[in-house]
Amino acid sequence: MSNIPYILEERPDTGLNNSKLGIWIFIASEIMLFGGLFSAYVFLRIAAPEGDFDYWGSKLSIPMATFNTLVLITSSVTMVMSWASLKMQQFDKYKMYLGITILCGLAFLVVKYFEYTGKFHHGVYPSSSTFMGIYFTLTGLHVIHIIGGLLVLGFFWTSQADKMWEQDQDLLANRIEITGLYWHFVDLVWIFLFPILYLL
Amino acid sequence: MSTHKKENTNEHVEDIQHHIKVYMNVFMALAVLTIVTVAVSYLDVSFIEAFFIAITVATIKGSLVLCYFMHLLTERQAIIWILVTTFIAFLILMFIPLISLTDQTSIW
Repeated sequence: MSNIPYILEERPDTGLNNSKLGIWIFIASEIMLFGGLFSAYVFLRIAAPEGDFDYWGSKLSIPMATFNTLVLITSSVTMVMSWASLKMQQFDKYKMYLGITILCGLAFLVVKYFEYTGKFHHGVYPSSSTFMGIYFTLTGLHVIHIIGGLLVLGFFWTSQADKMWEQDQDLLANRIEITGLYWHFVDLVWIFLFPILYLL
Repeated sequence: MSTHKKENTNEHVEDIQHHIKVYMNVFMALAVLTIVTVAVSYLDVSFIEAFFIAITVATIKGSLVLCYFMHLLTERQAIIWILVTTFIAFLILMFIPLISLTDQTSIW
């Protein structure tokens, strides 16, 4: 189907196909991207007046963030289940699990929309405080990653996936595994953002 | 030949089914740990204690996602080394802000 080498088969030198090696290198760069902002958070927290981060952090909704955490964890398990379904040749189940993953991603965005608009309604903006500045930067960047992931997941939920399944089942399973690695990483970032921004 | 292939397919399906059980257990553990993190945040503990509890629980949750959902336990050495290198660079990045603390206390 493709003339690009080592998309599915393993390279003899790395023992990996290029798709998987590529996504892991991308994830490594993403760790450093978020790492820079986590580092900025630590620096700003150390430099902030005493109680400042506590005061502004208390304005965030823990129930909403807890709900969103559970939604993302659910989306991670349905993502891996969609891959497992392909491996078991169950295309209908794949579609169902991927559909649930997309719905979870959309639910996360809806909750985030209400969180953001709630803040704006009360006159709280990124410029309101140092905490809000780093809060909107970190969560905003995370939201952009969710939207990017949803676009890819959406593509693999369309009839394009049906065609790919008919033409090359291994290729579709590989694409979903790679997409899944990205989606789990987005979940992983939220696992650390949640306590740092909402609970501490 | 076809019988052999069928046996292999059955083994493969059984293997995946075993993985699915693990995924469900990991999902339950992640959900429980999320509730634990939130519950602990309501306890009357110092910031340092709250920080270590929150980061420890988040690290456990993150490790579960990495090891089981991202299959890092069975992944090739090349990927492990990419992540180890990244993690070291990440830790350095995390400790850079602490230099400002030494500056404030006039250690240097």
